[in-house]
Amino acid sequence: MTNQSGAMSRSDAVVRLLAETRSAAARCYQCGKCSAGCPMVSEMTLPPHDIMRLTAHGRFAEVLSADSLWLCLTCETCSERCPTGTDPAAIIDALREAAVLDGRREVPRSIAAFHRSFLDQVRLTGRLYEAGFFAEYKLRSRALLDDIGNAPGLVRRGKLHPLPHRLHGIGEVRAIFERCGVRASDLSGAGHAPAADDAGGAPGGGDPGGGAEGGHA
Amino acid sequence: MTLAYYPGCSLKGTSREFEESFLAVTRALRIEMTEIDDWSCCGASSAHPISRDLGVALPARNLALAAEQGADEVVAPCAACYNRLATAQHELGADADLAARMPGILGHSLPPALHIHNVVDLLAAYAPRIEELVAARVDPPLLAGLRVAAYYGCLLVRPNEVTGFDDAEQPATMETVISAAGASPVAWNMAVECCGGAFSISRTQSVVRLGRRIVADARAHGAQAIAVACPLCHTNLDLRQAAMTARGEEPLPALFITDLVGLAIGLSPGELGLARHFVDTEPLLASLAAEAEATATAAAAQESS
Repeated sequence: MTNQSGAMSRSDAVVRLLAETRSAAARCYQCGKCSAGCPMVSEMTLPPHDIMRLTAHGRFAEVLSADSLWLCLTCETCSERCPTGTDPAAIIDALREAAVLDGRREVPRSIAAFHRSFLDQVRLTGRLYEAGFFAEYKLRSRALLDDIGNAPGLVRRGKLHPLPHRLHGIGEVRAIFERCGVRASDLSGAGHAPAADDAGGAPGGGDPGGGAEGGHA
Repeated sequence: MTLAYYPGCSLKGTSREFEESFLAVTRALRIEMTEIDDWSCCGASSAHPISRDLGVALPARNLALAAEQGADEVVAPCAACYNRLATAQHELGADADLAARMPGILGHSLPPALHIHNVVDLLAAYAPRIEELVAARVDPPLLAGLRVAAYYGCLLVRPNEVTGFDDAEQPATMETVISAAGASPVAWNMAVECCGGAFSISRTQSVVRLGRRIVADARAHGAQAIAVACPLCHTNLDLRQAAMTARGEEPLPALFITDLVGLAIGLSPGELGLARHFVDTEPLLASLAAEAEATATAAAAQESS
């Protein structure tokens, strides 16, 4: 994983993350209990126990491109019930982190749009500014009309604030994103074929593309 | 003990009635707490899948602020915030490398371990006071006989080594609170099943599929309301319920656990923000009031005879 030392390149971070993940997944003995309890398994092409098996065998090309990674809700049912203590939820998180660092684009568009819009609003204001989030999500997901029928109900109930709260410590929050190596352009272009890196331009981002620089801008 | 309050983003926006209800109830129970000054987002469901460091650092900043502001305990009513705060503290305790690099990421020194509460364990600790306040009311108990499905979902109970909840598969802490409020918890099957959480917006069809099973099971076991302790669960079972229920079915109100306690101790629906829920709570409130009145009339008749 990237860290504030700035010493590790993104590609080194991916290598290290995958090595750690592979050895963690090696504990799995394929009982399938994770998949049996998974609320999303019916929508996944690779069920959790297959993700564990492929990871343990180092077949990362198949795992990192699987949309199943992004369908995990982190409900932790698998990790709670795993008889070997393998912690599939943590392994799936690490695989997602590796996929993002590796610049993978196979994230389902609506889910990539959700995470990116969420993190953009937090980086911008320090909190989840919901009105900004909904607007950004709609543009990124291209689902402009989905859910629009609920907007009047939310407004009528006083649930949507038109303006964001501004934090005194906003600089601290932006520095945290930067030191964790999370960029505004991460997840951009997901759902498409690989394209030129979107420079983003938001604070803490500004990366010129390419994968070799450290997490510390 | 000095208790800090971490509201989180939802309670200031789309789940503002949870904050209204939580603050009204804690005030009535004389629980003293101070909102963390300049708190920031915990990163919820979007930080940890992208970066483990970010998923720990965003909540850790708030723990550091709470400690710097003199708190040794924190309550986060939102189950997602609670889970992220508790997970961050747990991981910082378990991973020395992570703990070593965190002060440099945060710009704060690492806070000492704080006692992190969710709304359910906080209210359970005050169950005797809730019972006292219910018993002290002149009116007959409003919630007597109300059948409630205690819905925990994921983030309050899992992973158990982080949350320390009484049981990961069959928890009973929320039932303690429901009983203290004078209502009757039902036995049902979906108490710790996932509602689809953060997919409410990005994958609504999954949330409708998962939520439908939860609402149907609660109904099948006789529940008249579902009690929740999480803004995500509430949105999914309240706002999304219209898409789950078959034509002609009575909607099943999804109430925050603080709504039930508040009603039981005599707070008004207005103080609890009940009108902000999407599923109309009026029919349930009207039937509860009618039953309570009938009980009072019967009692008065018996007394005068």
